[in-house]
Amino acid sequence: MEKSEYDVVVIGGGPAGLAAAVEARENGISRVLIIERDVEPGGILQQCIHNGFGLFEFSEELTGPEYAQKFINMARKDEIEIMLDTIVTSINSSKEITVMNTEGKKEILAKSVILAMGCRERTRGAISIPGERPAGVFTAGTAQRYINIEGYMVGKKVVILGSGDIGMIMARRIVLEGGEVKAVVARSSFPKGLTRNVVQCLDHYDIPLLLSHNIVEIKGKERVESVVIAETDMKKQVIPGTEKEYECDTVLLSVGLIPENELSKQAGIELDRKTGGPVVNESMETSVEGIFACGNVVHVHDLVDFVTAESRRAGKNAASYVRGEFKRNGDYVTFSTSGGLTYAVPHKFRYSNLPDKLDIFMRVDMVYNDSLIILENRGKEIARFRERHLTPGEMIKITVKKEMFEKTEGVININLVSEKESGNEK
Amino acid sequence: MYDVAIIGAGVTGSAVARELSRFNLRVVVIDRENDVCCGTSKANSAIIHAGYDPEENTLMAKFNSEGNPMFDQLCRELDIPFKRIGSLVVAYDDEQIEHLEKLYRRGLNNKIQKMSILNQEELRKREPHINPEAKGALLAETAGIIDPMLLTISLIENAVMNGCDLKLNFAVTSIEKNSKSFKIRSKSESVEAEYVINAAGVFADRIHNMVSASDFRIKPRRGQYFLLDKCEGCMVNSVIFPCPDRMGKGTLVTPTVHGNLILGPSSDDLEDPEDLSTTPELLEKARNGAKKLIPEITTRNSIRTFAGMRAEPDTGDFIVREAPDTPRFFDAAGIKSPGLTAAPAIAEYMISLLEKAGLGMEMKKNFNPEIERKLFLERSGEEQEKLLKKNPLYGRIICRCENITEGDILDAIHRPVGAKTLDGVKRRCRPGMGRCQGGFCGPKVQEILARELDRPVEEIVLEKKNSYILTGKTK
Repeated sequence: MEKSEYDVVVIGGGPAGLAAAVEARENGISRVLIIERDVEPGGILQQCIHNGFGLFEFSEELTGPEYAQKFINMARKDEIEIMLDTIVTSINSSKEITVMNTEGKKEILAKSVILAMGCRERTRGAISIPGERPAGVFTAGTAQRYINIEGYMVGKKVVILGSGDIGMIMARRIVLEGGEVKAVVARSSFPKGLTRNVVQCLDHYDIPLLLSHNIVEIKGKERVESVVIAETDMKKQVIPGTEKEYECDTVLLSVGLIPENELSKQAGIELDRKTGGPVVNESMETSVEGIFACGNVVHVHDLVDFVTAESRRAGKNAASYVRGEFKRNGDYVTFSTSGGLTYAVPHKFRYSNLPDKLDIFMRVDMVYNDSLIILENRGKEIARFRERHLTPGEMIKITVKKEMFEKTEGVININLVSEKESGNEK
Repeated sequence: MYDVAIIGAGVTGSAVARELSRFNLRVVVIDRENDVCCGTSKANSAIIHAGYDPEENTLMAKFNSEGNPMFDQLCRELDIPFKRIGSLVVAYDDEQIEHLEKLYRRGLNNKIQKMSILNQEELRKREPHINPEAKGALLAETAGIIDPMLLTISLIENAVMNGCDLKLNFAVTSIEKNSKSFKIRSKSESVEAEYVINAAGVFADRIHNMVSASDFRIKPRRGQYFLLDKCEGCMVNSVIFPCPDRMGKGTLVTPTVHGNLILGPSSDDLEDPEDLSTTPELLEKARNGAKKLIPEITTRNSIRTFAGMRAEPDTGDFIVREAPDTPRFFDAAGIKSPGLTAAPAIAEYMISLLEKAGLGMEMKKNFNPEIERKLFLERSGEEQEKLLKKNPLYGRIICRCENITEGDILDAIHRPVGAKTLDGVKRRCRPGMGRCQGGFCGPKVQEILARELDRPVEEIVLEKKNSYILTGKTK
């Protein structure tokens, strides 16, 4: 088998992989390789033809392909090698990678690896919607691919389950293509996606959003003929007697994304059950030295701009690892979360490795208004942040100055409290 | 004019077809669907049973115990995976332990080998995740797991390679009995054969009643299952059953031959043999049944739920015979569990019935029992290199969950009994069977099908004729 060596190998040529590769290259690493399974780089952005990308990164509103193209151009300019139409079939903790494409199998040795495999959609099977199993049930992303890339419509009368961003964007897309969206059904009492998408994709097109509802049955022997929708209570249980049948030929599912970590498992990387992605430190390094991770493979992001920022961090640190400048002084301080915060990324840091400012990303489990995020270590408050409105659809990003973490040790708990409650304490 | 017509391309009909293709006979298999293996054979527990379960002196016991040992050679010839991982029947109290002893004795009477009763310690050693309250279990080492779809498709494919005809989309509407032959009609065509074998699964009573006096009924019994991600596959090492009850062998937990975990079935009796919907109540029952055996199991990593239909005969036993009032018309009916295990034995028995009824059997000189069906990544490095030289598309992975290459998909389409639908490809080489359920590979497989069959993409369907996927071009 053919063997080759690289300094940094990036697995995945989507926005995360491209940004990480470019950053590694621009930090002086010459042999950078991106391995991409599709026939072109850019990842899922290529099918996201709506705009709204790049507001933070470029201060302008771009479509997905435009955003991707900027990074593809940078990678080209930097002469980064991109191996397209190629799958990684195996990887181990010694950073030995086997890839396969139409030219056969190849072995690649990497000094450092950056995992940027992104995520996949949860399917009907994962949420066990009862009923028949006809054609016409798609994940929203698959439907998006059919419509925006292949140029085919997936149905005429559509019900969408889940109020995630892709679901709402597809609702608008289907209306624009002459289809009818009967309803967007959400199991939660609040929309899961960005507020701007509720307004721009549903409200502007008079698409009904049924909150606290669920699809309880799919009917149709060969193609979807109808779905039964029912109201759900606070515990998301169906309220008997509220069932209503909606005639439709298509069901789209936007019921969550799962970081794609099959390769991470092969490499023996520690995963976080909550994010579904690798446990990472301040440098986006995983539990295996020299293997970094960034983007949706670590945790599902809401905006690609944040993916880019995170990936740059991974790329930069992979470069310093390859140059042998990566520091490992001192003990880890880890983050824990409470009060409705579901996770924090990075999971841990070493003080000496911290940049001047550390961005911490979090999500909440439901909607919170007028709250405080308080960081505490050994009974002492380190920092607090006021948040007017928090919703599970939108990531929380707080930026903490390095000096705030001086003298911290053990566990820093990040707690969410209501402003009122906290006021009473004092 | 055919010598033999077989109605039904499920595992029974396909096994009979393959046996018949050893002889110089004109044989045709007809099926109502647009592909083979579309009924009971595609949705079941995928178990090759040891044979202690069926009552003594039944046809079920006979064909189970005869069928089980045939699988090693059969799967070698058909180049399909088969693993004898053994089965356990778990007991929680003394009463159930007594039942294990009864099953053990029944097994001995059915001439089943390699059985033993495990105590709690032995059971836990073999199955570390088993419910700690389990007191013991009946171990039957000869039980195994298989891919029932690959088995059925390979059987019929081998039959076709050896000269058997296959007519799909042929829904039998009537059978005319003449002095020397039968005329089997669908709405648009007909087939004439001297001998007819009824292997029509849940419809076997209807087919039987077209020519012969009604003397049995098939009651459809639905079973609902969860299929879990491969990350759960190593939760158990054996096929694990609870003590059996009135509705059958109960909810089992087993790894599949591809490394997933399967939970189910929970059963109910229905009137409509085509109602394959899943229901929240029975899925919940399957989940709870599985949790009783393995408390750590969650369906968090479920990748699919499905229902299968079993052909439950009102006689309580398989019906394999020449119809009493209709010479040369044979039933292989009521083939419920352990029908998959029994199929090769039923096929051999059917040959002997046909011979007795006067069908001349002359062995074919050039019968080839072997087919090659390994997927690209299941092959040796040397074979892989050879294939890649032949067609570089063996190097392009289309299904990332199951690691299926474009070359594998081309094979599935162009083999003797080739796939024409997305599910047809999935049954043959598994793209879409994995955790993304075809989300990534579905559009690609559809494109490949359209290209290879030279048809517009919109015409490629998921499974049955009207299961269209696309509704036209975008604006």
